Amino acid sequence: MADLTRYTAAETASAIATGEVSAVEVAQAHLDRINAVDEKVHAFLHVDTDGALEAARAVDAKRAAGEELGPLAGVPLALKDVFTTKGIPTTAGSKMLEGWRPPYDATVTRRLKEAGVVILGKTNMDEFAMGSSTENSAYGPTGNPWDLSRIPGGSGGGSAAALAAFEAPLAIGTDTGGSIRQPGAVTGTVGVKPTYGSVSRYGLIAFSSSLDQGGPCARTVLDTALLHEAIAGWDPMDSTSINAPVPAVVAAARHADVKGMRVGVVKEFGGEGYQAGVMQRFNESVELLRSLGAEIVEISCPSFTYALPAYYLIAPSECSSNLARFDAMRYGLRVGDNGERSAEEVTALTREAGFGPEVKRRIMLGTYALSSGYYDAYYGSAQKVRTLISRDFDRAFGDVDVLISPTTPTTAFPIGERADDPMAMYLADLCTIPSNLAGNAAMSVPCGLAPEDNLPVGLQIIAPALADDRLYRVGAAVEAALNDKWGHPLLEEAPAL
Amino acid sequence: MSVIDLVPYEEALASYDPVMGLEVHVELGTKTKMFCGCSTALGAEPNTQVCPTCLGLPGSLPVVNATGVESAIRIGLALNCEIAEWCRFARKNYFYPDMPKNFQTSQYDEPIAFNGYLDVELEDGEVFRVEIERAHMEEDTGKSTHVGGATGRIHGAEYSLLDYNRAGIPLIEIVTKPIVGAGDRAPEVARAYVAELRELIRALGVSEARMEMGQMRCDVNLSLMPKGAEKFGTRSETKNVNSLRSVERAARFEIQRHAAVLNEGGTIVQETRHFHEDNGSTTSGRIKEEAEDYRYFPEPDLVPVAPSREWVEQLRGELPELPRVRRQRLQSEWGISATEMQSALNAGAIDLILATIDAGAPADQARKWWLGELARRSNEDGVELASLPITPAQVAKVSALVAEGKLNDKLARQVIEGVLAGEGEPDEVVAKRGLAVVSDDSALGDAIDAALAAQPDVADKIRSGKFAAAGALVGAVMKATRGQADAARVKELIFEKLGVQPE
Repeated sequence: MADLTRYTAAETASAIATGEVSAVEVAQAHLDRINAVDEKVHAFLHVDTDGALEAARAVDAKRAAGEELGPLAGVPLALKDVFTTKGIPTTAGSKMLEGWRPPYDATVTRRLKEAGVVILGKTNMDEFAMGSSTENSAYGPTGNPWDLSRIPGGSGGGSAAALAAFEAPLAIGTDTGGSIRQPGAVTGTVGVKPTYGSVSRYGLIAFSSSLDQGGPCARTVLDTALLHEAIAGWDPMDSTSINAPVPAVVAAARHADVKGMRVGVVKEFGGEGYQAGVMQRFNESVELLRSLGAEIVEISCPSFTYALPAYYLIAPSECSSNLARFDAMRYGLRVGDNGERSAEEVTALTREAGFGPEVKRRIMLGTYALSSGYYDAYYGSAQKVRTLISRDFDRAFGDVDVLISPTTPTTAFPIGERADDPMAMYLADLCTIPSNLAGNAAMSVPCGLAPEDNLPVGLQIIAPALADDRLYRVGAAVEAALNDKWGHPLLEEAPAL
Repeated sequence: MSVIDLVPYEEALASYDPVMGLEVHVELGTKTKMFCGCSTALGAEPNTQVCPTCLGLPGSLPVVNATGVESAIRIGLALNCEIAEWCRFARKNYFYPDMPKNFQTSQYDEPIAFNGYLDVELEDGEVFRVEIERAHMEEDTGKSTHVGGATGRIHGAEYSLLDYNRAGIPLIEIVTKPIVGAGDRAPEVARAYVAELRELIRALGVSEARMEMGQMRCDVNLSLMPKGAEKFGTRSETKNVNSLRSVERAARFEIQRHAAVLNEGGTIVQETRHFHEDNGSTTSGRIKEEAEDYRYFPEPDLVPVAPSREWVEQLRGELPELPRVRRQRLQSEWGISATEMQSALNAGAIDLILATIDAGAPADQARKWWLGELARRSNEDGVELASLPITPAQVAKVSALVAEGKLNDKLARQVIEGVLAGEGEPDEVVAKRGLAVVSDDSALGDAIDAALAAQPDVADKIRSGKFAAAGALVGAVMKATRGQADAARVKELIFEKLGVQPE
């Protein structure tokens, strides 16, 4: 059999189910690949070799016993280090949690294990998921497999890079303002932010509770859908999770037909600040969808202009409260406890040493925005903008089935380029943030390489809440047509590592 | 602590009107915590009733305890409050090591219950209406024990021990509107309010509300304003006043202290104060230099609570008879005065009396035991009446033995004493101590003969119709039998022997 790391998740699962390969062989092939390339890529913070092989052996044993295997049994996966894993280090990319081994599994972790998915390890990320480049990780940046001197996006850069580097066919990310979709776009992979509330947040280390949403990442739309079905669904441990059937995303991914669908192009996303090659590939995608039988409509969402400022009030406000628990008292880092200092002093020294600059910036922003006397002007106004954005979406979805835009205004930028310019960094999430504020569903799917730098461009597809299946129908159609046109998946054009 | 010369209470009230605000926290008696499935049972080893959620571990999430919400609504209804159609939890952000998330999940501007009142009855039967601002749901913190240092507080302690078993236990905080117009009865009103609230909570069955166990805790906020003024003065907040008596004393002390400060032209500092059980004083805690900023915002991890009107009405319909209504009914059933009823309430005896009646004792007997002998014992021992090692059934049994003539009053007291001393059931105490009344005629015959022989003049008086004189002979017989004779039977036998028949 050829290189097992080049298989899709669907192919891998089928090969394991038929006995063509063993889950252990598949796991070992990926562990070998990680050993070979991750020194350069740095997608992983922790590789759980023993756990992965053990999980793979269990799948093989089940098959040997004639038990039925789930659709992803034995498929390796890279898990963003923001989900708790019982007994396995979980850092959220922060020094604050260095060495912490959670005593419990996140619901997503548990569901993956129950599905027989083989968790290879934990992937790198911007500290507490705050960032768009993975440069804010306390453990060093991750390289983009297309060009190791460039960022892989963020905050889930590790997960996206692991896919693009063929270290894993599946990955889990979390998306608070674009942290699944933007890394997907700049690495030429697929990522979905499901409807808020459809994937449990229990065990997801919170950045901004009302925006955070775990979701699937893969190299193909179908693999993404398979993973989506494995992790989504109501969880009594998360009271914001939706008690409704998961949309039939796998069926939708297999039904790559957009004929008669109404597709809205968001007028506000484009123009100044957008890279020419990104707009070129985006416009080609619009034409592609038209040629596939979709009806294209221009849609205006005027409130989207205020999405970024609203987001940078709401997310920091929630994070200032969510991160208050890191006080050196019960777990994680403790600095300066010399037996003389008070609890307050030790907490202050620990937070000084344990949080990186971006996290501190957001804690301060949020603390300020929630302060009495400022609450109404900042947090209160931001929540109103949030309502306006939801109304823009509602109006749009009264007219069209999905909305599309570029996922992010530019291709992957060089590591370090925006590190000292937070505003420039924040612009990377311009197109992705509205969906987080409204809680609907969105996907990024590769739509080519920008001619000027030969780096991947992502097409964003947005669907109403609980209509995640539409993302897969449109995404699969675009993917199929482009693969036909290119003669191969986009990632085959990525340089060898 | 600086020594202040308190202004005499009456003098303080001659110049100032007190304004009080009472904040009472009640720990609900739900089986599990407010936001997770951990047990709320008291007395477990430290940190054994904890999970990722109540420890605030990264990634954990809260889920609302439906019984907690139901209890909050029932309390709200019993306090004549409006019940919110839609409300949210909010995060109250502040740092303290015994608070695992460094925010308390509470409610802010959208409490579940608001705008109510509670009528409380003072000792003399006067009814005072205390208006309720709100009742809201929140979670308790963990418990810190500060070891070393003089004060038992965190400052100066060598180290602190943290027990998170209590973290996440459901609390209902009940806040009054400013209580004005109570005048010199303010401390009494405060006490009566907390007592009435405790009765109410117990009647609802939502908590045992044992103050000594911290299941019910009271903060007394107090300010003075010159008589006739309308603008409230600066308040002090005396925290964790944990008995009815202390509530009254704390209010009284603060009135005297505020008056002293104001009389000297000083200003009251807005601060929290600690109450000292030993001498009834308060001392300065932490000064609030600026109003603490809790940065409240709606809890994004929880969905809003929207109790349907049908449910609320159903809960209203299922409310038990409320304590004050019940007391009024019992007072008339028992035919006693308001003051007597009040003392039964203060003694915590009403339920015990009722249970004793249910066990077969006549009402007057049940009251007599619980408010007499047993109340005296509970005072002496400094324990609550209900905590005495005797059950209503045992009291009823003693009462029955008296009714059957097997015990007289004096012997019955000895039986009660035996039960309290752990000597067993009333029957066993009677047997072990040999306390049965002697009503056997032959056994009494000798003693009566001896008494008649010793006092022939008394015998003559009786024969001539002065029946009341028999008392002297009965006394002699009782003495001879060391109190174990059945006095009524002795009297009968004396008349029989003398051949007289009084009506």
